[in-house]
Amino acid sequence: MTIPQTARLTRDFVEALSSEKGEPRWMRDHRLHCLAVFEKTPLPRFGPDLSALDLSDLAYYARPVEPVRSWDDLPEEIRRTFLALRLPEAEQKALAGLGAQVDSEVVYRSLLAEVRAQGVIFASMDQAVKDHPWIQDYFMKTIPPEDNKFAALHGAVWSGGTFIWVPPGVEVAVPLQAYYRMQTEAVGQFEHTLIVAEPGSSLHYIEGCSAPRFARSALHSGMVEIVAKEGSKVRFTTVQNWSKNVYNLNNKRALAYAHAAVDWVSGSLGSKVTMLYPTTVLLGPGARTENLSFTFSQDGMWLDTGARAVHRAPGTTSRLISRSVVQGTGRSVFRGTVHVHPEAKGAKAHVECSTLLLTPEARTETIPILRAETDDVELGHEATVGKVSQDQLFYLMSRGLSEAQAMSLIVNGFVSPILKEIPLEYAVELRGILEMSFEKAIG
Amino acid sequence: MSVLVIEGLHVEVGGKPVLRGVDLALEPGQVHALMGPNGSGKSTLALALAGEPGYTVTRGRATLDGEDLLSLPPHERARKGLFLAFQYPPEIEGVSLREFLRLACAERGQGFCEFQRSYPHALRRLRMEGFDGRELNVGFSGGEKKRSELLQLYLLRPKVALLDEPDSGVDVDALRLIAEAIRELAEGGTAVLIITHYPRILEHVPPSEVFVLDGGSIVERGGPELAHRIGEEGFEVIRR
Ligand SMILES: Nc1ncnc2c1ncn2[C@@H]1O[C@H](COP(=O)(O)OP(=O)(O)OP(=O)(O)O)[C@@H](O)[C@H]1O
Ligand SMILES: [Mg+2]
Repeated sequence: MTIPQTARLTRDFVEALSSEKGEPRWMRDHRLHCLAVFEKTPLPRFGPDLSALDLSDLAYYARPVEPVRSWDDLPEEIRRTFLALRLPEAEQKALAGLGAQVDSEVVYRSLLAEVRAQGVIFASMDQAVKDHPWIQDYFMKTIPPEDNKFAALHGAVWSGGTFIWVPPGVEVAVPLQAYYRMQTEAVGQFEHTLIVAEPGSSLHYIEGCSAPRFARSALHSGMVEIVAKEGSKVRFTTVQNWSKNVYNLNNKRALAYAHAAVDWVSGSLGSKVTMLYPTTVLLGPGARTENLSFTFSQDGMWLDTGARAVHRAPGTTSRLISRSVVQGTGRSVFRGTVHVHPEAKGAKAHVECSTLLLTPEARTETIPILRAETDDVELGHEATVGKVSQDQLFYLMSRGLSEAQAMSLIVNGFVSPILKEIPLEYAVELRGILEMSFEKAIG
Repeated sequence: MSVLVIEGLHVEVGGKPVLRGVDLALEPGQVHALMGPNGSGKSTLALALAGEPGYTVTRGRATLDGEDLLSLPPHERARKGLFLAFQYPPEIEGVSLREFLRLACAERGQGFCEFQRSYPHALRRLRMEGFDGRELNVGFSGGEKKRSELLQLYLLRPKVALLDEPDSGVDVDALRLIAEAIRELAEGGTAVLIITHYPRILEHVPPSEVFVLDGGSIVERGGPELAHRIGEEGFEVIRR
């Protein structure tokens, strides 16, 4: 039996998926439970209109490319795509390890020998589930299927993704990266990422995403779970440039134990609709989190993002910062949520969202939800919405920059607090995307 | 031969006619001065020439090296060699001074290697070494903004430089630096127009010609002594 390449979402399909992957029994049961939850859970009652997303017109599993050991063994088309994305180059120069996934399966993976020697595990999620039975104690424990419809869907049909385990005290000095590529029309991509950072360890993980444009809608619904144990540090960077037919509906959540630090850095440049609200639950005293988000909504896009910090221990701190740029008929929503539980005495939280509207039709909304159940807390909130100043634009043009160059520079400046935190190769890509969009818009 | 020629220029701002027939010509390698009471339209003239969209030219013409200037968008005027040092330069957050200047120099045809040499030199020339890591004009004091304009001018080496009050709010030492940079530029062939209220800067860079703008047109022309007379006696001199 093989996995049907395109399928209606049925119990038979989920069982076939699990058995073809050779999964342990617990995972098969988990998938079926998730499917049952999915069927009875309604679509989210907030945010973007999802009515055009046809869940019965998706390939829930696609494997157009077989896994290889060397870039050269990939089929020509996908090899050229990865070369254009400069993945092999980044692997050589800037990374400790790299995984690349096409549609449902990981097709390439590498890890530096010295990092492997430190005991770090960097594996495809499918393999890890089979090799390490203890993963059962973590898998979808941070985000249960009951959380929302797409978490449940993900749990039923997940495939691919990354498992990382960093042993106690091990600092991975150079980032690990995964790249997700959707290659098939109307495909669903559901990779699962689980990071367990043992006490005193540290890790920077980077995700990049892209897809060619097709007529029919595609769905990306990944899940990221991070467990940052005592005193560990995890930074999770995502830059997505999905094409404008992709629904990007993700779940990302971290648990931060005592004195652990979790940073989320997100750049959302593409997709038709994005719903993304990385969350950190600050479980131990002194835990901290920072959430930096940049969104660029162009014509017809709705980027509904946010950040959540849940303070459940004393002396915890959170900083949620967003910069949104909206062009054409684009739309951005930022939901900054801070919840301070009664036991989180001395907690500090700061939420800051700024939006730059480039056109009169552009729409934006910021929805801060600050809830403190103790008085011993410092909460700060700032929100601004502005337009590109004509004086600034003229000033730059009077120095010989074209309108597109000047716009791009001003917008880059606006997002620089976040851009500074994004790895260089992505920052360069991001500038390129901005400049191209202005050239198109201005003509 | 004049590099910038302005003939019968009429300009409206916010629907209000401000310039009503300005005639002016600037000579390469020469320093010129433009004086006139507050609100007489000096900045209007400079901004209209640079192509600020809020300033509408209703009549007249302006040419740079014999080519029509007024039909070009602002950045093409700059690329042809026109430069305006602003009376009130805006602050641009998150944009590094260096990155901005690199881009601007590239548009004036300076390669990266050339910039690597000219930029540190220009910083030293205007004693702005400490500004290398700064964002464009952000948090600059009034006088520092003027020096930043001069730094840009010095690097871009335009054919025509319109300097809108480069001396206002500037301390004695900085004034000397600014004046020296202007002189060096003029010696290199740039036609300079200094808009000012004070004869002081003109003592450092003697103008070959002084224009006085009032009531929307040039009402008086003369040598450096005209600037002095205005400095001493005010604009009554020309109204008599
Ligand atoms: N947007 C506007 N709407 C109406 N009038 C304007 C507008 N902008 C400028 N003006 C007017 O145009 C006139 C010329 O202004 P301009 O700034 O050119 O004067 P100036 O000679 O540079 O003065 P100063 O010496 O104070 O710098 C002034 O009377 C000013 O109030
Ligand atoms: Mg003025």
